[in-house]
Amino acid sequence: MSSPILKVNELTFSYSPSVNAAVNKVTFEIPPQTVTAILGPNGAGKTTLLHLLLGLKTPLTGTILLQDKPISNYSRHELSQNIGLVPQSEYIPFEYTVLEYVTLGRAPYLGPLELPGKLDTEIARHSLNEVGLIHLENRPIPALSGGELQLVLLARSLCQKPRVLLLDEPTSHLDLSNRNVTLQIMNRLRSTGTTIVFTTHDPEAAALIADKLVLMRSGQVLNTGSMDEVFTADSLSRTYGTPVEVVRVDGMRVVKSMERLGG
Amino acid sequence: MKTNKTFITLLLLLAPLVILLVSLFIGRYPKPLFMPFSILLNDQLGQNLVYNLRLPRLITAALLGMSLAAAGGVMQMLFRNPLVEPGFLGVTQGAGFGAALSILFLSTSPLVVELTAASFAVIGLVLSYFIARRIRFGGWVLRLILSGIAVSALFSAGLGILKYMADPTSQLPEIVFWLLGGLWSVTWTDLWYILPVVVIGLVIIFLMRWRLNLLSLSDETAFSLGVAVGRERTLLLAASVAVTAVVVSVAGIVGWIGLIIPHVARRIAGANAAAFIPVSMSLGAIFGIICDDLARVLTTGEIPLGIITSLIGAAIFLVMMTSRSMRIAR
Repeated sequence: MSSPILKVNELTFSYSPSVNAAVNKVTFEIPPQTVTAILGPNGAGKTTLLHLLLGLKTPLTGTILLQDKPISNYSRHELSQNIGLVPQSEYIPFEYTVLEYVTLGRAPYLGPLELPGKLDTEIARHSLNEVGLIHLENRPIPALSGGELQLVLLARSLCQKPRVLLLDEPTSHLDLSNRNVTLQIMNRLRSTGTTIVFTTHDPEAAALIADKLVLMRSGQVLNTGSMDEVFTADSLSRTYGTPVEVVRVDGMRVVKSMERLGG
Repeated sequence: MKTNKTFITLLLLLAPLVILLVSLFIGRYPKPLFMPFSILLNDQLGQNLVYNLRLPRLITAALLGMSLAAAGGVMQMLFRNPLVEPGFLGVTQGAGFGAALSILFLSTSPLVVELTAASFAVIGLVLSYFIARRIRFGGWVLRLILSGIAVSALFSAGLGILKYMADPTSQLPEIVFWLLGGLWSVTWTDLWYILPVVVIGLVIIFLMRWRLNLLSLSDETAFSLGVAVGRERTLLLAASVAVTAVVVSVAGIVGWIGLIIPHVARRIAGANAAAFIPVSMSLGAIFGIICDDLARVLTTGEIPLGIITSLIGAAIFLVMMTSRSMRIAR
């Protein structure tokens, strides 16, 4: 197996000294061209971990190596060409058209005073085409549905062409069909060389696509490894703090809660 | 497409220039409204009037409109709030307080009033900034807005005290007139004093106009796109506040330009700051000149500029809010 693209070692971060660390001594590695799911219940520290990987937050202790070089040694510009982020949601207060918004993803390749050119617009339209929304290119952003907006955020990151793409809960607001579109795009990105890390609280979304799992609870990594190693009733029950069972339906892993509602 | 763009660019550049040139002949000399061109050639008083009074005043009116409209557009984007106007961080109220302070205790000479006003505009901003840093909750934008409101209220209370103390026959009218805004006292000296700050500020805003779009996104997204969020936001904020502070210091409180013109510009050019900021600057210049023309011509005296900008600005705002047809297809 080739050497990891991201190496996270003993990473700790806390929002304030008086509260428990949001991310506590986290260590894991991410191989290139794979999909890794950071899986855990709400409040486990998944988004904080993603922001640390992005370089947005500075860890108290520990290191993050991107291609064997600490991310703090990259310039902001270099980093943005290597790591992209699809946030969980984005409040956009002005009526940009979809194409204008997606073109903002070209910023890592433009100088501080440079305007996007023809090529940038071309790449942005290509990205929109990839998420299947090219027909909406002139639609104002506020007129989009929640699912369409999520795909537009993804398209914006696609034209950033990052080596590592971080996605924060990419499927949680989506209906089944848009979820499949998103997963298909993630799959295609992996096959064309992009490394993907996404957070989710939904084990099934992870089961559908992930090569590797990082299970988190209360800021700590409980378990990490391949799907076969980690996607077990035992470790998932510990992660969610509720007994679950993993069953296979037509070769797909499905998680079943063992607790019954009501009497 | 290409020719269309060149045409629009030319229009944006030429329209304010043409209106400025025409406005040189508008006034109440030798009779109300238009001055015949021949006067410029052979009337000494007429020449003097145009070169030494109207020209610096009209250029200042154009710069005033441009600055407030650009700064308003920038701040609306930086604060991700379309209702923000350029003076809200304690700048406008600070300038008003400074001007009144000067009229009461220092001097009523325009330059002293302007300098005191500018100093207090900057003090207003600095106070807002440091108070925002000390507020212990909310995001950066919310904290700045809250401290801006508080600092503005403090200065307007201080201004109230000064007005109360002022001599009602001489000083009070002076303060009130200053607060209503106007360019009647502008000379070449005033223009030279505001010009460097205005030009530098507007050039920064113009050059970074596409980046503004990135700064209107959430911090995490802007960061992920390689933006040095803190540094770039501070630079653009400083440029906007600086141009606002200097134009307010010569013109007094001229409301609504910074709020309304960016909205009109967005309706015309779309939300993309690369397109709407230049439109906003051009419209601001036109609006500034026309309002000043009206201030000079409508009555035998002079109507304070702030009254006219507010009146027209609010009227445009109402029309815009109630009509859907103003949106121009892109």
